[in-house]
Amino acid sequence: MSPTDTTKPAKVAKKSPALKTSAAALNKAAAPNKAAAPKKTAASKKPKAAAAKKPRVMAAPKMSSSQSLDVDDHKVTVGKSFSDNAKMTMRNINVFYGDKQAIYDVNIDIAKNEVIAMIGPSGCGKSTFLRTLNRMNDTVEGCRVEGEICMDGEDLYAPKLDVVELRARVGMVFQKPNPFPKSIYENVAYGPKIHGLADTRVDLDEIVENSLRKASLWEEVKERLHQPGTGLSGGQQQRLCIARAIAVSPEVILMDEPCSALDPIATAKIEELIEELSQNFTIAIVTHSMQQAARVSHRTAYFHLGKLIEVNPTEQVFTMPEHQLTEAYITGRFG
Amino acid sequence: MSKPVDHLNKIKHSLRRRNRAEARFRWYGRVAVFIGLAAVAVLFGDIISKGHGAFQATYINLSVAYNQDLIGVDNLTDPDELAMGNWQALPKAALRAQFPEVSGRSDKRKLSGLLSSGAGYDLKDRLLANPLLLGETESIWLLADDDIDTYYKSWLAGDAYAARLTDKQIIWIEQLHQQGQIRLQLNTNLFTRGDSREPEQAGIRGAVMGSLLTLVLTLMLSFPIGVSAAIYLEEFAPKNRWTDFIEVNINNLAAVPSIIFGLLGLAIFINFFHVPRSVPIVGGLVLTLMTLPTIIITSRAAIKSVPPSIRQAALGMGASKYQTVLHHVLPLALPGMLTGAIIGMAQALGETAPLLMIGMVAFIVDIPGSFTDPATVLPVQIFLWADSPERAFIEKTSAAIMVLLTFLIIMNTSAVWLRKRLERRW
Ligand SMILES: Nc1ncnc2c1ncn2[C@@H]1O[C@H](COP(=O)(O)OP(=O)(O)OP(=O)(O)O)[C@@H](O)[C@H]1O
Ligand SMILES: [Mg+2]
Repeated sequence: MSPTDTTKPAKVAKKSPALKTSAAALNKAAAPNKAAAPKKTAASKKPKAAAAKKPRVMAAPKMSSSQSLDVDDHKVTVGKSFSDNAKMTMRNINVFYGDKQAIYDVNIDIAKNEVIAMIGPSGCGKSTFLRTLNRMNDTVEGCRVEGEICMDGEDLYAPKLDVVELRARVGMVFQKPNPFPKSIYENVAYGPKIHGLADTRVDLDEIVENSLRKASLWEEVKERLHQPGTGLSGGQQQRLCIARAIAVSPEVILMDEPCSALDPIATAKIEELIEELSQNFTIAIVTHSMQQAARVSHRTAYFHLGKLIEVNPTEQVFTMPEHQLTEAYITGRFG
Repeated sequence: MSKPVDHLNKIKHSLRRRNRAEARFRWYGRVAVFIGLAAVAVLFGDIISKGHGAFQATYINLSVAYNQDLIGVDNLTDPDELAMGNWQALPKAALRAQFPEVSGRSDKRKLSGLLSSGAGYDLKDRLLANPLLLGETESIWLLADDDIDTYYKSWLAGDAYAARLTDKQIIWIEQLHQQGQIRLQLNTNLFTRGDSREPEQAGIRGAVMGSLLTLVLTLMLSFPIGVSAAIYLEEFAPKNRWTDFIEVNINNLAAVPSIIFGLLGLAIFINFFHVPRSVPIVGGLVLTLMTLPTIIITSRAAIKSVPPSIRQAALGMGASKYQTVLHHVLPLALPGMLTGAIIGMAQALGETAPLLMIGMVAFIVDIPGSFTDPATVLPVQIFLWADSPERAFIEKTSAAIMVLLTFLIIMNTSAVWLRKRLERRW
């Protein structure tokens, strides 16, 4: 039985009162909603075919009459959640903390070399979603992920996949700067060391310098490489963490509110950096700042109470959101 | 307009109350600290006042003739002959030469009672070290008997305690004192000898060595085991009913009276595995059982205090669980672990009850040199001396307590120093 089996949503519906009411709503609701439900199960049966069915999903705006501010009525993500040039594909993702479901049926692609921003009210599951991408949820007690996540067509949750390798390919920058209590040099050199990326000391020095340069930190720290990384300012520490993440040349970088602890100047530096990095890396960034999402991202995904409501090019999300919930959020009606 | 003023007055009023409460609280604190310090001061004062005397011993100066006929030894290199030698004859003859007027069996015996019964053997050692002395005469300070020692010290202090001494003995001491032939000298025996039935010959070297051997073994066993258990429980073990059960039991174990560990050691190590009694191996094993819970609990606390963000950072870099622990968690938790270990060791150093159960309370004269030599430990030695009837053991007991306290202070200070030192690295 594959995790994307059609029986899954039914099971979840039995467990979750939120979905029970939504099932009731579904029965009473207008016809378009009824039409949406079978479509979705069809998509979940053959997740890989979902991308091909893109036009059908993109037809969603026509159903906008059925949109409401009640998230229970929400069934299908509106907008352009899929891509022809996908780096990562995620199908029917459900995440649970114990009995509590945190992510409901998320389908999305992340394209190569794009910067995708995740926005949404606090507690809507942005961090949870981001952590499924490098399996950091594995380290959370009681957390269970269902669905299919592939990177370059390879199933990330396959039993034979080694998370160590995965995390070398998908790096992560956390909300609070968390440099190791070691020297700046050792912070950056740690990843290459444990993955055996440098054969000689000279190679390692080069990797460290390049990473620090890419993180635009080199000029500030080149004189004090062997002083503790914890002695840097908050913004410098965060850039050090970015340097540390890119030192292993990952393909994807996940950033969970990387600027929330920083002042505007440090934030501007990091944003500049994200733009530069997007030439070589695919970046998924969670942010609470809509301006930031607008400035750095190509596409924006709006989450609400564990559901992916809308994914669209950033410009469109902030000028002409398709879904009422998105509009309500970006106009500040909640969040 | 009156309202804000009223408001301010209220605040001022409540502020006065708060300040008073704070001042009172500060005084409670000071009194509590003072009581604690006073208790320590009284304890130390009492022990030092009783024990300082033990660091000195009474010696009597006599001219000793190394008379070959008296000893009955021809060949100083033959161990058998040396063992047969009548060494006690040397100090006796020297005393009789000092007090030629003494006659009668009883008086003569009292006279030779001025010196320690070990004086003859001290002379033997001296002669073996300098064989050329044979047939010569030299003036030498010999160790006095413990009764003489007690009397002389109390007499010097102006509060003479005669106890078992006869009037004649007291007169002899006074004569020796007038001629400057009796004095107090640093008591090296205390630090160089093992236990003895004769207080003046008893030392704590044996007990110190026994404690050292036992503690080394305890540390070598309990630190690695305790730290591994703590790391496993904190970082690797699933959190389920089993690990809860284990946690509860470790906490229970920490609260079990230590004598029960002694009984356990007796049943398991001695009766079942037939490890010999009284040896540091058993002591070390029993104390390991006893200190393990302490070390596990403190190590777990130290591991818990490592910020989770560091673990996340390492895991997010693709470090394995093992690498995360080894490279990041352990170095940060080490100061706390070492502090816990030293506190555990200090506890083990002061532990008496379980060691009584496994026979480390035996009277052992020889200084233990290995883990399998019968030995006793400092606190047990204190117990043994405190239990001895001879008055001279009172000050010995206090002296041994002083030595034990010194070791404890050194260990606890080094715990604090080590923590400061390791923490200051970043
Ligand atoms: N370790 C956990 N155990 C149980 N529930 C959790 C855990 N982590 C998150 N949750 C729950 O999952 C939901 C989503 O949490 P998540 O941290 O992903 O939100 P978020 O969108 O990142 O919020 P924020 O913007 O405040 O960071 C929340 O309801 C939260 O309470
Ligand atoms: Mg979050």
